[in-house]
Amino acid sequence: MLKFTELKITGYSDRIYARPGETIKFMVSCEGLKSYRADIVRLIHGDTNPAGPGFKERVVKTPVSRRYQGRKQVIHEGSHALIPNALEALQSFSVQTMIWPTTPGKGGQGIVSRYSAREGAGFALEIDETGALALRLGAGSRKALVVSTGRKLLERRWYFVAASFDAKTRRASVVQEPLAPVPAVRDGGSASRTVTGARAAAPGHPLVIAGIERGTSKGRVLVGSHYNGKIDSPRLASRALTRAEMEALKEDVPSQLEDAVVGAWDFSADIPSDRITDLSPNRLDGKVINLPARAMTGWNWTGEIMDWRADPRQWGAIHFHDDDVYDAGWEVDFELTVPERMKSGLYAARIRSGSHEDYIPFAVGPKPGKEAKFAFLLPTGSYMAYANHHMGVDGAGTELQSGCLSLLYPQDLFLNEHREYGCALYDVHSDGSGVCYSSRLRPILNMRPKYQSILGGFAGSSLWQFNADTHITDWLEAKGHAYDVITDEELHDRGLELLAPYRAVMTGSHPEYWSTDMWDAMDAYKGRGGRLIYMGGNGFYWRIAYHAELPGVIEVRRNENGIRSWPAQPGEYYHSFTGEYGGLWLYQGRPPQTAVGTGFSAQGFDISSYYRRKPDSFKAKVAFVFKGIGRDEKIGDFGLIGGGAAGLELDRAAPELGTPPNSYVLATSEDHTDIYLLVPEEFLESEPGFGGQECPRVRADMVFFETPNGGAVFSTSSIAWAGSLSHNDYRNNVSRITNNVLKRFLDPRPF
Amino acid sequence: MSSIYKIQPEDRKYVAEYRRNPVGHHSPGLRRILTLFRGAPMPGKHVLVCVKPHEEWVLGQVADEPGKPVKILKNKVFHDLKDAEWAVFKIRWKQHTGEDIA
Repeated sequence: MLKFTELKITGYSDRIYARPGETIKFMVSCEGLKSYRADIVRLIHGDTNPAGPGFKERVVKTPVSRRYQGRKQVIHEGSHALIPNALEALQSFSVQTMIWPTTPGKGGQGIVSRYSAREGAGFALEIDETGALALRLGAGSRKALVVSTGRKLLERRWYFVAASFDAKTRRASVVQEPLAPVPAVRDGGSASRTVTGARAAAPGHPLVIAGIERGTSKGRVLVGSHYNGKIDSPRLASRALTRAEMEALKEDVPSQLEDAVVGAWDFSADIPSDRITDLSPNRLDGKVINLPARAMTGWNWTGEIMDWRADPRQWGAIHFHDDDVYDAGWEVDFELTVPERMKSGLYAARIRSGSHEDYIPFAVGPKPGKEAKFAFLLPTGSYMAYANHHMGVDGAGTELQSGCLSLLYPQDLFLNEHREYGCALYDVHSDGSGVCYSSRLRPILNMRPKYQSILGGFAGSSLWQFNADTHITDWLEAKGHAYDVITDEELHDRGLELLAPYRAVMTGSHPEYWSTDMWDAMDAYKGRGGRLIYMGGNGFYWRIAYHAELPGVIEVRRNENGIRSWPAQPGEYYHSFTGEYGGLWLYQGRPPQTAVGTGFSAQGFDISSYYRRKPDSFKAKVAFVFKGIGRDEKIGDFGLIGGGAAGLELDRAAPELGTPPNSYVLATSEDHTDIYLLVPEEFLESEPGFGGQECPRVRADMVFFETPNGGAVFSTSSIAWAGSLSHNDYRNNVSRITNNVLKRFLDPRPF
Repeated sequence: MSSIYKIQPEDRKYVAEYRRNPVGHHSPGLRRILTLFRGAPMPGKHVLVCVKPHEEWVLGQVADEPGKPVKILKNKVFHDLKDAEWAVFKIRWKQHTGEDIA
C-alpha cells in the first residue's frame, strides 16, 4: 500500500523579513484538520538526503508555540475589476467595449456585468456558452433573457462589442464586430429582439468587469465566470444608444453624449496602480482585484511606439485571467513579534497536525546597530519568480532539459490540482499568455525546507532555490561563521544602507532576479569597498520591478531573448509597475559580467561536473583562494546536487560582455554532458555543436576581481557549488575555497 | 520541441548503452533516441512521483489537461531511480518499435 504525503495544511505570512520588535502575521488553512500546533524554528539545513548532513532545525521559544484551531481558508482566483455603486438603478442602458478574447471557446465569461443570478436582476454583456457575444438580462428569480449574436468569437482578434436595452420599447440588442474583418470568416454579427419581464436594474450589486458576481463572503464580493483576454475602453450609457452614437464613443466621450454616458473607463490612466479611472463626470472609479496584466497593447496600438509612457492611450487594455492571484486574503491565525534577542537568521513557522505539516519561512535581520560583519543575502525575489511553478506537469520540455524522468513531489501534485494557488513567472496562464506578476501573499509550496525540486539535478538531493540555499546556512553554521540573513526585498526597500554595515555579503545559489534598486545598491556597496561572494549561477539576469504601493509582488517582462518560458508580446516590453524597460539586464547596459565577472552561458539539469585550476590561480594576488588546494586537483567532483560543484546553470567570463579587465579566471569547469546547452543569447545563428561535449562556452568560470576602495568580488558561477560544501564532513576543496575566500574577505586589509 | 526521428534497426545497439548508464554522457546515437523519447507531449507522459524521499518512487502518467490529477501506476514502484529510468525506456521503446526489450 503506497502511503503518499498529502498536503492538508498550508500557510503564508504577510512579511518575508522582519527585525526585532516587528510583527509578522501568519495565515493558515487546514483541510479537515481540527487543530494544529505552531512553533517558530530556526532553519539550518532543509535537505533530508541521507547522503548529506541531514535535516536540521531548532525550535525557538516564543509565545507562538501552542495548538490552534484549524479552519479551511479559500483562495478566490481570477482577476476582474469592481466598481461599487455604479448607477445601480439603471433601467435603460448601453454598454460597449473593445475586447481581445483569448478563450472564447470556453464559453460563460462575463465582460461587463451588474448581475445577480439569485435575484434574477441586472445585465451581463458576456461570451455565452457557444462562444458568441450575448446580452443577459435578469427576469425575476433565477430567470434570464439572453440575446446572442450567434457568431463565435475567434481567439486573439480585436472586436467591438456592445449591447443595449430600452426599458420603454423593451428592445434588447447586441453587436459584435471584428476590427479587421476577413473574407469568408463570419465572426461578426448582431441581434435584436423585444423581451418581456426584464429587470435590468440590480440595486446593491457592483459593476464587474471581466466576470459576473456570484455572491459575497465575509464582506468580499465573489466573482465567477471570469473572462480571459483583453478589455479596452468600456463605456456605460443611461439609454439605448444608436449604432452611430456607439461608434462616436469608441475613443472619447463627445460633448453631445456627455449627458447619456454614465461611465467611461480609461485603463491607460494610472497604469502602475490597482485603480481604474472613470473619465465621466460621475467619477465611478474602481479597482482591479488579483492583479490582471496592465500596460498591455490596446485595440489602437499602432506598433510605431514601444514605450507605454510615450502615449499611454495606446495601452488602454487590461489582460484579465481566470487564474490570476495576488493576495489570498486569508484571516490571521497567529502573529510573531520578533523578540529583541532573536538572532538574525533563517526561520520558519512550522505548522503541524499529525503527519501533516507546512513551513512558512521568513528572515530575521539583526537589530539595527548590532550587525555581524557578514551577511547572507537570501534571494527572495528569485524565490517569488519560481513560486508554485507547474513545470513538472505543464512543460513538455522539462524532461529534455533535465535528461532524466521528471520527478514530482507532493507539493507538485497538490499545485497541479489546486490551480487557485496561482502561477510562477515560469508558467503561462490558462489562456496560454505569460505570467508577468508573482506574489508571496499566498502559500508558496516550493519555497519550503524538505521540498525537492524537478530542477535540482539527477538523484542526489535535487534541491533548487530556497531549500538549496540551506546548504549555505548549514555550512555557515558548521564552520562557525557569524552571519546575518538579509533579503532581496529589504535590499530593494532600503538600498545601500542595508549592506553598508557588512565587510562581506554572500549571495544564494541562484540570485537571478534583480530590481534596479537592488542592483544599484549592490553596485554602490562594491564601489565603496564592500566584498561580494557570488555563490551561484545565472545571477543578475532578469530585471524585475517591485510594486510601489502593493506589498509582496514582483513583475517581469520576458523580452527579446534569454532562457524564456514565454515571450513578452511586441509592445509589452515595459513594466507596468514602474515604466522601466524589462527583460535581461544584458540588454540594458548591464551584462551580469559587469556585476560579478561572469554571466549565464549554459544550462542542463542532469549531472554536474567539476572545475580545474587555470593559470591565473597560481598568481600571488589570489594565493589566498587556493591555500591547501593542490595544483592538479579536480575541484568539486562530488556533491549533493547532480554529483558535482559545477552544474545546473553556469556562467562564463567574457571580456566582450564586461568582465572587468582586472579579473582573474581562477578555475573553469569541464566535461559537461550534452544535456548542457548554450543559452540563446550566446549565439546569433543556429549551428551544430552547442552541447557540453563540444561547445567551449558551456562552462563555469570561477573569477576574482577587485573593486574600488578595497572591495572585491569572488564568483563561483555555478548553481550546484553550494551542494558540495558538506561533502566529507565539510572537509573538501569546495568548502576550503569558500572558507578561504570568506575569511580573507572579512579581513579589512587590501588585497 | 518534439523530435520527428524514427528509430532504425541499427539503433538497437544503443539499448545496452542506455541500460549501463541511463543518465549522463551518451553517444550521439543514443542522444537522438532519448530526444525522441523525452520530448513526448505531456498528455499521458510518464513521470515519477516521490512516495518516500530518497527511498521510494512510483510511476505516474500526466493527465490530458493541466489541473487533472496525475495517474499513479501503483504496481510500478521503484527503490532505485536508474531502475525507473530503464522501466520507462522499455515502455517507450515498445511504443516506438513494437519490440519488447529485457
